[in-house]
Amino acid sequence: MSVRIFASRATKVGRTLLFKRGYVSATTDQPLKKTCLYDFHVKNGGKMVPFAGYLMPVQYANTGVLASHLHTRENSSLFDVSHMLQTRLTGKDRIAFLEKVIVADVQNLPSGKSTLSVFTNENGGIIDDTVICKHDDHIYIVSNAACAEKDLAHMRTELDKFKKSGGDAELDVITDHGLLALQGPKSAEVLQNILNQDLSDFKFMNGRFIKIKGIECHVARSGYTGEDGFEIAVPAPEAAHLSEILLSNPVVQLAGLGARDSLRLEAGLCLYGHDLDDTTTPVEAGLTWTIGKRRREEGGFIGAEKILPQIKDGVARRRVGLVVEGAPARENAEMLSESGETIGKITSGGPSPSLKKNIAMGYVKSGYHEQGTNLQVKVRNRLQKASVVKMPFVPARYHK
Amino acid sequence: MATQRTRGLIRVSPVGKKQFTKDHEWVVIHNNIGTVGITDYAQKALGDVVFVELPEVGTVIEKAEAIGAVESVKAASDIYAPVSGKITDSNTNLSDNPGLINKSPEDEAWLCKIDLSTPEELDELMDADAYEAYCAKG
Repeated sequence: MSVRIFASRATKVGRTLLFKRGYVSATTDQPLKKTCLYDFHVKNGGKMVPFAGYLMPVQYANTGVLASHLHTRENSSLFDVSHMLQTRLTGKDRIAFLEKVIVADVQNLPSGKSTLSVFTNENGGIIDDTVICKHDDHIYIVSNAACAEKDLAHMRTELDKFKKSGGDAELDVITDHGLLALQGPKSAEVLQNILNQDLSDFKFMNGRFIKIKGIECHVARSGYTGEDGFEIAVPAPEAAHLSEILLSNPVVQLAGLGARDSLRLEAGLCLYGHDLDDTTTPVEAGLTWTIGKRRREEGGFIGAEKILPQIKDGVARRRVGLVVEGAPARENAEMLSESGETIGKITSGGPSPSLKKNIAMGYVKSGYHEQGTNLQVKVRNRLQKASVVKMPFVPARYHK
Repeated sequence: MATQRTRGLIRVSPVGKKQFTKDHEWVVIHNNIGTVGITDYAQKALGDVVFVELPEVGTVIEKAEAIGAVESVKAASDIYAPVSGKITDSNTNLSDNPGLINKSPEDEAWLCKIDLSTPEELDELMDADAYEAYCAKG
């Protein structure tokens, strides 16, 4: 038996079950890093695997990925996402600088609000996706662990240029805080129970500084599961303590990377390195909505010359969601039209625990992207029926 | 192997004794028919099985050929034939109840039966002790 984890590469189970993902290979020759919660995971039965240069829990003892996934949809799950890159941008020209490297209308984003955005390159490709949160005196930026090195190199190169032309901005990497994601419909009541302030006016995609049981945290009402939830930046020495406080509520369970991946897939959310990469533009990826009206008119971000005409003229391929009959179709499965023409490939896919059917996302030639279009996917050299459906596959339940 | 005997040209494996591959399949022989499944070690590594693809009855297969697949939420795993022969039966119960592989991987959740064409291939497989040592080493 050979196991393909996330279908990106075949591996045997003879050795420790490894989560081999395309971009992990770049960092495997370096020693694996540990987050501030490593000991906590081991103590709680975390099955630790290499991921993006870190040893991370893929799941916890006695709770399968399936059960953990369904628990998150019904209750509340706690994920360690401390491996992600957290940075802080300051300086009086910080907005102008950020608008050079990402596509969001940061200027018109109200203070205390978050948004999904993308870092773009000269060709209009996506260097990484990110969530930024604007505050009165700084901007808090979270991006992917697997992209941390290249994100920092890119931002620093651009920052040098910006400063040389007289701009005032500083970028600091936040290394003294862990990041916890509390996700699921019961997450708000869990957090509310241990707070003195009312959370009902704290809407999805907003960020605040909140003291939780005496611990100063940055709390963003956001996540990567399609559920209501919070991403809590906590001082590293307090991370395990805060996790224990949250877990003391019986509706909260620890969850790992396995459930995180199937949850985000059902939510139709992209995973960088799979559904997005340096050669994919935000228009192809269905992320045109992240480019604000003002930015479409003014441009001014790296790659705007390539990206903005695509909004008007269209693109040759588009990201779509699929429901697949038969065996699950996973990353790299070929997609064909009903008449047998190759039209693209799957970038993420697998069984949906919530829907009990196989779902996938991938890029198809424009013209095959409309909802209801019947396609075929090739799994183990057999053609299976698939059809284009709207994403998210599972409706989002954000607190709006 | 001391317990194996030769009857004419056909080698017979110890009846009811499981043998194992390095890819974590097991096979047990009765009257030249090998019943095949994946091991408990393999099901644990995979997690909750949600889909099983079985070989069609009548298919002639070669040892080490992919004859099906077992899939969990996080992974897809090919099943390789531990021996060459012809598929005589497949466990269609698993199509409706793939989770049986997690509950009873080495008994009720057998995958298929193979009429052995080259019984001497059994000599290349591990017995239970050797397989246990192999997994422990992993």
